Amino acid sequence: MKAIAWHGKHDVRCDTVDDPEILNPRDAIIRITSTAICGSDLHLYDGYIPTMKKGDILGHEFMGEVVETGSASTLRTGQRVVIPFTISCGRCYHCSKHQYSGCENGNPADNQDISREGMGMPMGAAFGYSHMTGGYSGGQAEYVRVPFSDFGPLVIPDDSIEDEKVLFLTDILPTGWMAAENAEIEQGDTVAVWGCGPVGLFAVQSAFLMGAERVIAIDHFPRRLELARGFGAETINFEESKVYEALWDMTGGIGPDATIDCVGLEAHGAFADNIIDQIKVSTFLGTDRAHVIRQAIMATRKGGRVSMPGVYGGFVDKFPLGAFMEKGLTLRTGQTHVQKYLRPLYTAIAEGAIDSTFLISHRMGLEDGPTGYQKFHDDQDNYTKIVLKPGASAASLQA
Amino acid sequence: MTESTNRAGADSVTSHDDAPVTSSKTAKPERALLAEAVTVMAPASEIYAFWRDVTRLQTVMDNVLSIEAIDDKRSRWTVKAPGGRTVSWEAIITEDRPGESISWQSAEGADIDNSGRVEFRSAGARGTIVRATIAYNPPAGAIGQIIAKLFQREPRIQARRDLHRLKQVFEAGEVATGARNRRLHQERSKD
Repeated sequence: MKAIAWHGKHDVRCDTVDDPEILNPRDAIIRITSTAICGSDLHLYDGYIPTMKKGDILGHEFMGEVVETGSASTLRTGQRVVIPFTISCGRCYHCSKHQYSGCENGNPADNQDISREGMGMPMGAAFGYSHMTGGYSGGQAEYVRVPFSDFGPLVIPDDSIEDEKVLFLTDILPTGWMAAENAEIEQGDTVAVWGCGPVGLFAVQSAFLMGAERVIAIDHFPRRLELARGFGAETINFEESKVYEALWDMTGGIGPDATIDCVGLEAHGAFADNIIDQIKVSTFLGTDRAHVIRQAIMATRKGGRVSMPGVYGGFVDKFPLGAFMEKGLTLRTGQTHVQKYLRPLYTAIAEGAIDSTFLISHRMGLEDGPTGYQKFHDDQDNYTKIVLKPGASAASLQA
Repeated sequence: MTESTNRAGADSVTSHDDAPVTSSKTAKPERALLAEAVTVMAPASEIYAFWRDVTRLQTVMDNVLSIEAIDDKRSRWTVKAPGGRTVSWEAIITEDRPGESISWQSAEGADIDNSGRVEFRSAGARGTIVRATIAYNPPAGAIGQIIAKLFQREPRIQARRDLHRLKQVFEAGEVATGARNRRLHQERSKD
């Protein structure tokens, strides 16, 4: 089959590789009909995530048709399914608490040592996201092996709902929703969101649905800020304005009740702390560029909440712990517990409460995946979201 | 200061705490000592029964080539060692408390002299805490252990992985693999 494989920093290729097979009773094999490139795939593309190996197949946002099932799968051949990016057994202690991204049984025992050493606990498993999280082949491919297929996948019962409406249930929509949930939004709140990428834009929508009166979205790409304005957000372009000063003024000297960092470890911008971070990252003295989370902590009102869906991988310097303590802030974060949100968010899409397709700027064949990565990386203002369609002809994509 | 706080102060002078000896910063056991624990969402009696049946136990122990039951108390273990070699010993169950614990000791003539105990302790709604303690004489002393670590056969890491596979069998009903197909699964098993 054809698949998008990682070969190194800024080097992904469309390779021909051997097909997936059923290995465990709960497995299913899915023929991919739609798969997206995620902002977090760019962290892999930029070489920030350790334990990647040449030839690893990327992709954790995908859906398709069931073509084969293991003896304990509850899926049936021909069913249309959306696959959560988190691989969760549904039966362990963490799954029983609906903390599915902390599932203890998805990550093979041999892959757990690294995160146990580096983070104190072994991490859960995900598709196409390094060997630290299981070394599972991802879904930017024609076919994929899906473990625990009796628990994770959401069967789409309604054929009239097209792929693109439900594809983002795999990751970015639940991630934006959980980000807003973690911000513990109260009626009348003012919420500031850093980063108007897919997760940020879903967080903006979610915050309003949860009762926020004002949402202030922060980015430097005009097109992305325009999308946020389309949902009723006020905006700050950080290249033109000082974010902290603007937030202070716009909130009448109180500060936002809740702040959401939808940027994570690769913050852009020519800020002093970012430049120092960048030097440290490039010389291996530090791992993460953490400008946004620092600024969010400084800007949040006293007693406010900070939500951090943005991905961080290692250590940061100059974390404003004093401000965090003195202001009495709460910080909530984590990989998304996708399985917890699949069904309610599917209903919200079906009922039209959430617009899930506005993001998509480009559609490509799987063969054009490498170009897609490069464009998504270099031209973020125009390429807001790319959907790859394995097996689709170029003509049908342009239509 | 009241009398009662004085008494509390006097009590706290004793050095006892609840941390296991394997986490001690100062204890120097004569033999290498390791302990690993895992919580499994299943009743103690079922996990005990799995452990007591050596043929089933073998399925979660990655480095164990074979476990042959000799009789109800004795079994022969053959285990992978660095450099493509194998080591073997006969294990004798020295104490058997159904549903609670199993203790063993290697018989004379073992390639690696070892003894240990696995306990099954109820953790309420979380299931059962399975805790294994193993004492052994590493081959060729400390150097043997360093070599073993290089080959990822360091016993503590191995024990942790084995216990985790046991957990997966009970909870998920299968042992997780990130491999895409049989060919890659075999390649990864060789690592």
